Amino acid sequence: MNSSTGSLRGIFRFSRRPQHALREQADAVVGRGEEVLDGAGFGSKAALALERTWQDKRGVVGWLETNDHKRIGKRFVVTAFLFFCAAGILSAIMRTQLAFPDNDVVGPDLYDQLFTMHGTTMMFVFAVPIMQGMGVYLVPLMVGTRNTAFPRMTACAYWLYLLGGLTLWIGFAINTGADAGWFAYVPLAGPDYGIGKRADVWNNLINLTEAMGLMVAVDLATVILKMRAPGMSLRRMPIFAWSILVTSVMIIFAMPSVMLAANLAQFDRTFGTHFFNPAEGGDVLVWQHLFWFFGHPEVYFIFIPGLGFISTIIPTFARRPLFGHTAIVLSMIATGFLAFGLWVHHMFATNLPEVGKSFFTAMSFMIAIPTAVQIFCWIATLWTGRLHLRVPLLFVLAFFVIFVLGGATGIMVGSVPFDLQVHDTYFVVAHLHYVLFGGAVFPLFAAFYYWFPKFTGRMLDERLGRWQFWLFFIGFNVTFFPMHLLGLDGMPRRIYTYGAETGWGTLNLIATIGAAIIAASVVIFIVNFARSLVKGALAGDNPWGAATLEWGTHSPPPAFNFVAVPVVASREPLWAREADEPTHVSGLSAQTREGLVTTVLDALPDVRYSYPSPTIWPAVAAVTVVVWLFWSNITPSGMWYGLIPPAIAFTLWYWPSRKETAEELLLQRRP
Amino acid sequence: MNDLRSGSDSACAARVTLAFIVALAATGCQRETRYFEPPTKAVTPPPVRLSQIQPGAIATNTALAQKYEDNAYALSEGQRLFRWYNCNGCHANGGGDKGPALMDNVWIYGSEPAQIYSTIVEGRPNGMPSFGGHIPENQVWELVAYVRSLSGLVSDTAAPNRTDTMQVKKPESNTEPQKPVVAAPSNASERP
Amino acid sequence: MIGGMHDVQVPAGAQAHAIAGVWHWLLPICTFVFVAIVVAMLVALWRAPWLRETAAPDVSSLWAPEPKIARTVWAAVIASTLLLLVLLAVSVFTDRALARLPLANALHVQLTGYQWWWEARYDDPDPSRIFTTANELHVPVGRPVIVTLVGADVIHSFWVPSLHGKKDLIPGRTQTISFRADRPGVYRGTCAEYCGYQHAHMVLYVVADAPDDYAQWAQRQRAPARPPATAEERRGRDLFLRRSCAMCHAIDGTPAQGQHAPNLTHVAGRMTIGAGTLENTAARRAAWILDPQQFKPGANMPPENLPPDELAAINAYLGSLQ
Repeated sequence: MNSSTGSLRGIFRFSRRPQHALREQADAVVGRGEEVLDGAGFGSKAALALERTWQDKRGVVGWLETNDHKRIGKRFVVTAFLFFCAAGILSAIMRTQLAFPDNDVVGPDLYDQLFTMHGTTMMFVFAVPIMQGMGVYLVPLMVGTRNTAFPRMTACAYWLYLLGGLTLWIGFAINTGADAGWFAYVPLAGPDYGIGKRADVWNNLINLTEAMGLMVAVDLATVILKMRAPGMSLRRMPIFAWSILVTSVMIIFAMPSVMLAANLAQFDRTFGTHFFNPAEGGDVLVWQHLFWFFGHPEVYFIFIPGLGFISTIIPTFARRPLFGHTAIVLSMIATGFLAFGLWVHHMFATNLPEVGKSFFTAMSFMIAIPTAVQIFCWIATLWTGRLHLRVPLLFVLAFFVIFVLGGATGIMVGSVPFDLQVHDTYFVVAHLHYVLFGGAVFPLFAAFYYWFPKFTGRMLDERLGRWQFWLFFIGFNVTFFPMHLLGLDGMPRRIYTYGAETGWGTLNLIATIGAAIIAASVVIFIVNFARSLVKGALAGDNPWGAATLEWGTHSPPPAFNFVAVPVVASREPLWAREADEPTHVSGLSAQTREGLVTTVLDALPDVRYSYPSPTIWPAVAAVTVVVWLFWSNITPSGMWYGLIPPAIAFTLWYWPSRKETAEELLLQRRP
Repeated sequence: MNDLRSGSDSACAARVTLAFIVALAATGCQRETRYFEPPTKAVTPPPVRLSQIQPGAIATNTALAQKYEDNAYALSEGQRLFRWYNCNGCHANGGGDKGPALMDNVWIYGSEPAQIYSTIVEGRPNGMPSFGGHIPENQVWELVAYVRSLSGLVSDTAAPNRTDTMQVKKPESNTEPQKPVVAAPSNASERP
Repeated sequence: MIGGMHDVQVPAGAQAHAIAGVWHWLLPICTFVFVAIVVAMLVALWRAPWLRETAAPDVSSLWAPEPKIARTVWAAVIASTLLLLVLLAVSVFTDRALARLPLANALHVQLTGYQWWWEARYDDPDPSRIFTTANELHVPVGRPVIVTLVGADVIHSFWVPSLHGKKDLIPGRTQTISFRADRPGVYRGTCAEYCGYQHAHMVLYVVADAPDDYAQWAQRQRAPARPPATAEERRGRDLFLRRSCAMCHAIDGTPAQGQHAPNLTHVAGRMTIGAGTLENTAARRAAWILDPQQFKPGANMPPENLPPDELAAINAYLGSLQ
């Protein structure tokens, strides 16, 4: 049972040469009408032809047109990280304001925008997109295919996301930043009390980021279900792919709820409807139901991919397969279902019936059980493994401390009577940061250190990584642990200042010092990132000795991912391979963008699929949609006139091209 | 290769975006500023003109009023104060009852901000109370701006939206502008 | 300025006491689970051999099951589930206890939340005994209080940590909260649902008095405003009525009957002004009247261009309204 990575490496060996030289070489070797198929062995013809087929055009046009999932995935991650830093700067300003009682660094108007922008950016513009972005990059590589299922849709999703985030921040720059909290309760965000266009900017953002989320979710779910490498049955699928599948299905069910709520609120503001106006038969609480029906699953969109990261990193650094693989998969699916039954725990202080609220206490407690299963399985894996202690594993170990503490306070706030005391206090601020950092941000940094070699071909520096880790860990606890005590001492959330007589000054000052330490650690990460991009150690294909398929191709992968579509025979394809099992399938065209569609359960080859070529229309369509939404904020008639450009853009996007149709017809063969 | 190429393109895009943001910064500020203190400390009202005719060119003094009419916070405050100070008691949400309608194009004493200011502060014959000294200057200007918005004379983006009360009329932000017509004194008796 | 008590862990009333009881179950059990998991992880780190370089993986678990580990994991999961069930039972039973506060001889208060102050109307079957005050509740020790919560503009939340958990004031929906103060003292409450610019300065003090002291306080509150005694106070009252004050504020027994701002009939007896923004001393009150926006920017009270002698007169009059 030896690992035959040697022969696999032979298949994927490919030298990196400048792009234009490759194209010329390809043109020299491959004739115009010659049919070249991908295949095994180092067929230089096949590899060159693939390279030529899958490369994007040069220049700005190529940059705008691309639907290469790797480039789009990287864009998601980089953009989201920049928004993370921006929102982090806002939190530094807030902590400066709160460091002393009766401080006057910022006034209430700006402070309200600060915490709203911080929460909105972190939740909608950083956390979910970065997880989806990691999925867009990693999932096709991990399941052994060449691109996502609907690459143009994902490209459009990126532009919608970027423009949405930018309009939110441009709004903030011109004093029109959202200021009603990241959850924008009506009536405060409604037409009467939501003065000016600030709440419209927020509603706009929701439409754009949720459209983005839905598009990427549909794409990733399709790739995972229908385009896996032959032999990768659902039982053999890596856990990260499972986590993205569960997240994507959750997104499809939950995101429409918040889009609906934001659009109803926008109709109230623009057209004068009465959805949330009690005087005319509307109901203020409907907003909360619609928002939190999305809002609670939303934290699981952020958390479950984090679980996927952990389940991928622990086996690699414990040098053994994950204990309880099936249990972990089932736990993730159970978490996905249960997450939809918790939302009222955000509304315990409202006048809903008490017995109903107790039901949600029970559900909130119940969701801890699948998570506990996963935690115990991971500890079991660590217990029986041999530990290669590198920075990714350090960040994952921090999860056990930070997330479990956050989970414990989560159980506390899940209880109705206790929540009535700590709801909307700094206790909840502490809880949410513990679970979000512990369950998402620390695993995300682990994932950065783990997959940076695959993205760029270089290693991040270990020493700087350790410095970052310890500063981050210590700074985080110094910032957020005192907030538990502040909440128990009566400090509510979302206040821009407090009096000295409250006695909250000391703990707030400690929290501010911790925030400075966190900022220092993020700076160290950025320095590490920049330096390693240029002069980090070269990584090679599989520096960690990991098991999943993405480590079986180059770092960074070529545009076409794999010269030949791999065949998978076990859960750890790179670790355990039968000597007489086939390693790849061949026969897809190297001259058009072709991929293999397989069956859902057992991943048997089914049909050959022609990927759409890169085109500018997704970017154009995204711009027209943003203009439409912006126009409809300004004037009601913009809602109708503004629809014309998107209609044109989408029509032209879907218009079939004669050339492509002809090429595909040529490729069709009788079964 | 891909990374280096996309790096310079995205830097160019970033510069364009920054320029766009800076250009937009000028336009949005005024509408969204919250003037918790009055925008001008010593508020001297502009001269009130009761006649349409002026010798020479028309001298208007709109600077002060513009600060309020373009400001969403001021208009929203005006909407609140209209309710609080019971203007509805006679003017009935702009439709008019004992007092004339404020949402139409008929202005007995003129539609200029200074004229409306004078109406509120000095009062008018036949029942309009004099609020001078009872309502602070700043709030009078907010009411002036709001009254103008009732007939659609302020910008749509700054005008307030509907209130969370029973619906009695279209929101000010959806009101068609009613071009003011000054009623000759004999028309003052022809109220709807 | 008076701080008041506001610690969840130091209850002063029956309801807060019940909730503290839940906390006394939650804290040890959750701490135990947290410590157990962290210790397990640390022991795993300590036990497992460490590698300097990456080594070939051990894939034997792919075909050989690990029953001992499976049993341990099962046991841990079952233990966690049982602990959760215990906590669930405690939570539900406490809920029940909170709903079963004896309400005989309760005091009825209607609390309306405005941006950014509290109006409290003490109800009574005899309408002549109803009175209205603002921002500071007095309640008798040992007697239950039923507060009806009305949201006037946006969602607020009534929270006095020493006495009970919080309940929201939601426009269009009315709900009640009942509590009982079991010890005399000053308890600091605050709005606990973000409601706009001055959410931070929407403080509500609940003062628990001995029953006799409460009865005296209520009697004083029912009386109309004290007539002005000195010439300056008389001038102050006239200015109050002639200037913009009476447009929003009410002083019972005078023509000032504005309904949009706190009732000032007995303002001098309160500990703070501006709903906890400033201490209620003469100097602070004067500064507040002159420019409230300096202390509470965004509040609905406008600055007033008052000459110093008029300000002093109004301040003197208000200072006399015990």
